[in-house]
Amino acid sequence: MNAQRLLVAVLAALALAAPWFAYPVFLMTALCFALFACAFNLLLGYVGLMSFGHAMFFGTAGYFFGHVVKAWDLPPELGLLAGVGGAALVGLVTGALAIRRQGIYFAMITLAFAQMVFFLCVQAPFTHGEDGLQGIPRKALLGGLIPTKDDRVLYYVVLAIFVFGYCAIYRIIHSPFGQVLKAIRDNEQRAQSLGYEADRYKLLAFVLSAALAGLAGATKAMVLQFATLTDVSAAMSGEVVLMALVGGLGTIVGPVVGAFIIITMQNYLAATGEFVLVIQGAIFVVIVLAFRKGVVGELAEWWKRRQAR
Amino acid sequence: MFELLGIPPQALFGQLLLGLINGAFYAMLSLGLAVIFGMLNVINFTHGAQYMMGAFAAWLLLGLLDVPFWVSLVVAPVIVGLFGIVIEKLMLKRIYHLDHLYGFLLTFGLALVIEGLFQWKWGSSGAPYPNPIPGGFNLGFMFLPTYRAFVVVAALVICLATWYGIERTKLGAYLRAATENPTLVRAFGINVPRLITLTYGLGVALAALAGVLAAPIQQVSALMGVNLVLVVFAVVVIGGMGSIMGSIVTGFGLGLVEGLTKVFYPPASNTVIFVVMALVLLVKPAGLFGQTK
Amino acid sequence: MAETLLKVAGLEAWYGESHILHGVDFEIRRGELVTLLGRNGAGKTTTLRSIMGILGKRTGSITFDGRETIGLPSDHIARLGIAYCPEERGIFSSLNVDENLRLPPVVKPGGLSIEEIYKLFPNLLERRTSQGTKLSGGEQQMLAIGRILRTGATLLLLDEPTEGLAPVIVQRIGEIIRQLKSRGFTILLVEQNFHFAATVADRHYVMEDGRVIDTVASGDVQQSIGKLQTYLGV
Repeated sequence: MNAQRLLVAVLAALALAAPWFAYPVFLMTALCFALFACAFNLLLGYVGLMSFGHAMFFGTAGYFFGHVVKAWDLPPELGLLAGVGGAALVGLVTGALAIRRQGIYFAMITLAFAQMVFFLCVQAPFTHGEDGLQGIPRKALLGGLIPTKDDRVLYYVVLAIFVFGYCAIYRIIHSPFGQVLKAIRDNEQRAQSLGYEADRYKLLAFVLSAALAGLAGATKAMVLQFATLTDVSAAMSGEVVLMALVGGLGTIVGPVVGAFIIITMQNYLAATGEFVLVIQGAIFVVIVLAFRKGVVGELAEWWKRRQAR
Repeated sequence: MFELLGIPPQALFGQLLLGLINGAFYAMLSLGLAVIFGMLNVINFTHGAQYMMGAFAAWLLLGLLDVPFWVSLVVAPVIVGLFGIVIEKLMLKRIYHLDHLYGFLLTFGLALVIEGLFQWKWGSSGAPYPNPIPGGFNLGFMFLPTYRAFVVVAALVICLATWYGIERTKLGAYLRAATENPTLVRAFGINVPRLITLTYGLGVALAALAGVLAAPIQQVSALMGVNLVLVVFAVVVIGGMGSIMGSIVTGFGLGLVEGLTKVFYPPASNTVIFVVMALVLLVKPAGLFGQTK
Repeated sequence: MAETLLKVAGLEAWYGESHILHGVDFEIRRGELVTLLGRNGAGKTTTLRSIMGILGKRTGSITFDGRETIGLPSDHIARLGIAYCPEERGIFSSLNVDENLRLPPVVKPGGLSIEEIYKLFPNLLERRTSQGTKLSGGEQQMLAIGRILRTGATLLLLDEPTEGLAPVIVQRIGEIIRQLKSRGFTILLVEQNFHFAATVADRHYVMEDGRVIDTVASGDVQQSIGKLQTYLGV
């Protein structure tokens, strides 16, 4: 128990000191993707539903944020709200239909819907198609109190958002609602026979996951100041799956680790162009064949085996 | 001649032909996916990449060894099919005991690797492939390119041959039985693991064959399978993967629907199949020809 | 005395973590018809599945025709000459009756021909183009037995062939099994209905808790009826 607290304290210290050691925009991007991956993992690890279209929440939230802040000239708080709300709405509509199937069909349906959203984004006027929404201004938060133009200041805002999202997920998982979700994941028929309307729970979890992914996407638009088609692409959906997989599905910390690993890797390999895709694909293959538990999962296993000796 | 709702006949029939051709590819690819899924319980995300490999094989065979189209039509699927067999034996075999989602993830990763490598080596802009049967017929209400007519006919023949092979032959009976109860079929003395490998190889070869057929129509490019496979997934959800005939009918049908949409309401043509998928999910979640397993 | 065709010694088997068979020993001589009797859960079906190689983990020894089969995959075992008729019958719904009948491949010469099988089961001939699962329970059982007769297998494993069937059909199946025995098939029969078993078998093995605990020759069934009733909880 003490080791855990120590670990948390060390992590907190690192997180607070980080912008002095690493490029803040890199850190913020990683945090956004970490939240995105956590939101995805909420659905897969705890409800057993693999969404292969999560980019549709992440990307559209970015567009909503950008439009609210730039085109309507409203404060960024409303932009974030619009992002979260918009993503939740998309989640509600697509989730209601996707929930009707399970397992692999569910994955394909989310993929198909995401593709549909992608095409809608290509055509919708307010997204500016191929160019995307560029130059979203960094406006100060809390009516001018927090000058977000300074990357380091914005870092702490993003860190706060990430911590909020992470804690929200933690609370969801450990709540009675979360217990029911786990029961549904493990044996849906049994849960139904006990009186729980599985579909409603699954849909709610889906919408929550979408909303949190939206929060990540809107925050990313705020940090990087643009929203483009890449953010709603199938490649982006695949990337978040990769992050969760690399980190460890079904562990709460795994996706965070996975996101940092992948973002770091992309940074280093940016010069190689398309080869990054080959590496990412290869990582997928290797993990599925040999390291299914992901970094955190395998480490946890190794630790347990050490304790047992 | 007549005009339908203000659309001149050339435009209408031109788009319908295009729709029929697209439908032909949807049918061939969703058929391959359905056959693989039935036996292996794996959604072969790599299907799009294997379709692309078929087209590339034809292109490379022509460019490097002067192999004509008609020979590539046979050789390319064999090459890609063998490659598929290697994948099945080295990788897919190891994950059958796991949740189906891992198969999806593995084949997705493979698709990334294959498409990434091809893109890295040959870039993403396409290369043309010469039309093996140039020219066409002027039917009055439209111009029918010979090759395109050939593609539709060839696709129909391939789909029906696949249907016949599965529904009417002894090997097909083995396949159908092994899909239902692989343990029992093995207990009768049939080498089910080998049957599974063969099935994957055949499904992959089917995708590659579609790729060869596509080469003269589309540019041969590393990314030609990427968007296509996503549409085919929607086709497969709509059709239901319950029956061979169902996959064929759904594929061709949706191609036509897409073509018609392009005529009467072009902005929706990209998304109409997904909209149909949404509607089918509302009304018949198991798919038009599916059985709820 | 005919030589031993199947010898099971120290057979232990697991379904996942559950240890079902704790050391099964018995043997069957060529041409015999032997039954495994016992209550539900005694391990009779598990024994058949172990012999057939369908089960996951098994240790011990199973020799067929002198050949050790404990580690072989099920398709190899089938090709040595053992055929299996499962309790759930396993009729394929995606095949019609004729296709179901022809599915198991011929592994050795000496099996019945298709015509002979249809002569044995004329009602199957009538329904040969029907979907396999559209048949009645009795007809499906006959199909399940019929299709393994063509393979040339010398040892037939029949798991509860009379379960859930009307007495008239049970009688018919009894006749067929006796005919098969007279044709030289060696048969291992799992049955809960020991009255039926007594009409066809040379010997009975009684199983309980994953072991063979007793043997009763067919001549001694009358004397042992009390003992058997206790074993079977009747």
